[in-house]
Amino acid sequence: MADDLKPTILAYVKKEYLDEDSDEEITTGTRLISSGIVDSFSMVSLKRFLEKKYAIQIPDADASPEAFDTVDSIASLVIRFQAKA
Amino acid sequence: MSSMGLYEDRVKDFDWSISEQELEYGAGGMYNIAFYCTDRICQKGLGGKPAFIWEGFSGHVKQFTYDDIRVHSNAIAQFLQNQGLEPGDRVCLFMDRIPELYIGFVGVLKMGAIAQPLFSAFGEEALFTRLEDASTKAVITTRKHLGKVRRIRKDLPALATIIVVDAGEKSLEPGEVAFDMEGAARVEDFDIYKAGPETPSVLHYTSGTTGKPKGALHVHSSLIAQYLTAKWVLDMHPDDVYWCTADPGWVTGTSYGIIGPWANGVTQVVLDAGFSAQNWYSFAERMKVTVWYSAPTAIRLLMKEGMDPVQKHDLSTLRHLVSVGEPLNAEAVIWSEKAFGRPFHDSFWQTETGSIMISNYPGMRIKPGSMGKPFPGITATVVNPKTFEPVQTPGTVGLIAIKPGWPSMFRAYWNNEQIYNAKFKNGWYLSGDRASIDGDGYFWFVGRDDDVINTAGHLVGPFEIESALLEHPAVAESAAVGKPDPINMEVVKAFIALKPGYVADDDLTMDIMNFIRKKLSPLAMPQDIEFVPSLPKTRSGKIMRRVLRAQEWGEDIGDVSTLENE
Repeated sequence: MADDLKPTILAYVKKEYLDEDSDEEITTGTRLISSGIVDSFSMVSLKRFLEKKYAIQIPDADASPEAFDTVDSIASLVIRFQAKA
Repeated sequence: MSSMGLYEDRVKDFDWSISEQELEYGAGGMYNIAFYCTDRICQKGLGGKPAFIWEGFSGHVKQFTYDDIRVHSNAIAQFLQNQGLEPGDRVCLFMDRIPELYIGFVGVLKMGAIAQPLFSAFGEEALFTRLEDASTKAVITTRKHLGKVRRIRKDLPALATIIVVDAGEKSLEPGEVAFDMEGAARVEDFDIYKAGPETPSVLHYTSGTTGKPKGALHVHSSLIAQYLTAKWVLDMHPDDVYWCTADPGWVTGTSYGIIGPWANGVTQVVLDAGFSAQNWYSFAERMKVTVWYSAPTAIRLLMKEGMDPVQKHDLSTLRHLVSVGEPLNAEAVIWSEKAFGRPFHDSFWQTETGSIMISNYPGMRIKPGSMGKPFPGITATVVNPKTFEPVQTPGTVGLIAIKPGWPSMFRAYWNNEQIYNAKFKNGWYLSGDRASIDGDGYFWFVGRDDDVINTAGHLVGPFEIESALLEHPAVAESAAVGKPDPINMEVVKAFIALKPGYVADDDLTMDIMNFIRKKLSPLAMPQDIEFVPSLPKTRSGKIMRRVLRAQEWGEDIGDVSTLENE
């Protein structure tokens, strides 16, 4: 199920958080927060995208740097909150 | 015993010559900061001592001795000369926290150019504004950020050279050159530029309420204050392992992330990775950090994670903790005593002051929540906002003011003499911050005296955000204000009136947020957007931000007699 979400989230991250001229290759396992591709301020807009796109609410306590560090971990987080919704 | 000794004793007979004597400042006609950060330490027989230990997010570690940073900065200086750069040229460093940023900064100073570090998360509009204002001649950057520089280059006629430090196989365009610091030949000897004490050294941009960001210009003799405040406030000892978490795109990251520690000859460590409590504690443990200079936002994020991650690490080497960037709340000081067995010491200063002005010192009683007392040799007070006379009654709120003349005071705003002069009234430099002084001489921060937003310790100008918002096709008018935030102190909130035909919904909100994030920076991105039919204005048509700000902070909105639509 998480595999269905990953291409969408990855495409969004590439579009919004990588420079348009970047030659950086990222995958669903690329570390986003640790590497600085997404910082703590930018996490706010990413969280908002996820909440809108998947009709979920992610409490701030769950929006940790670890949970947002890869597209894989983000997809797992979304699944968890979809199940609760 | 701390490096400073007793604060009361130091205040009594202080003279900046203490610093000059320790540095042997000016011996042989040498005033250049770069010499004191590298060659002088090597001349003292410490060339083999680790100067810099860097760890990337993937765990990759690089170590540089003082001799390494000496010869690498020589090589950078020589390379810049070979590119035709001359003393006084502005050379921008636009990189993440990689070794080339720190050592490149020293290289720029060595050949006499003015170092202009800029935060690498800046979007192209924020970058353009600052490069255009400074007529920057060269930018040192990486592949990751090259695209932003390329897209604005055609509108920057002064920008002659772009230096890419990790070009590898990437094809470069005319005017771009590759420089591989670690692959380049070591340059043992370089004729360091004979800067005078008043020769410009560093240009840091800072935000104001109105107009574009302003470039605060510093000079080489700022070292006198940066060296001694690093030694006394950060309590640097020869064997310390020092960690400053600030990015050199901002003034803390250069004054105390490069100049202070290296002029003191200590080993400094840098973690180039995004924040997480686990990573930070693990890094401090592995590097055996003894002195830690961080920011209230980071401390509050660590508090949020609780005691569990603290207890999983051996942080017993930590000896002295200092904080800067925004007021350190009393709870954070108390928590730090519980978590680390010692308090964080708050310190206060600004881009314009170049070095720490007010602080809590090792050995001095801390009043949690207080900024502390002025550094010896610094005459600081709070003045009445109308008369600019020092307030006499303890506890009275006024503007923090400092008697001009300390060594690291900024000497100009680049191309903006009028605004520079306006910062001085009645013989005082006005910081733009409000505070009170208690009966024991401790300063207590109250807030800004203007509309500048302090988010996570960084000042963001509302005008720059509003100007960028107007470039969004849906925005008719806007106002940006600071909104309270439990972690970052303030975050940006935008009030927006839309043009006809646009619908206020979640998609538009996200689009505007991302628009600003990419144009300016993640710090400037509104974390909250409120769509309004119109904005409160004076009769002359000026948007009254203070009304909106007061609304966010639950404060009295004050006199609104000039409000147009009241």
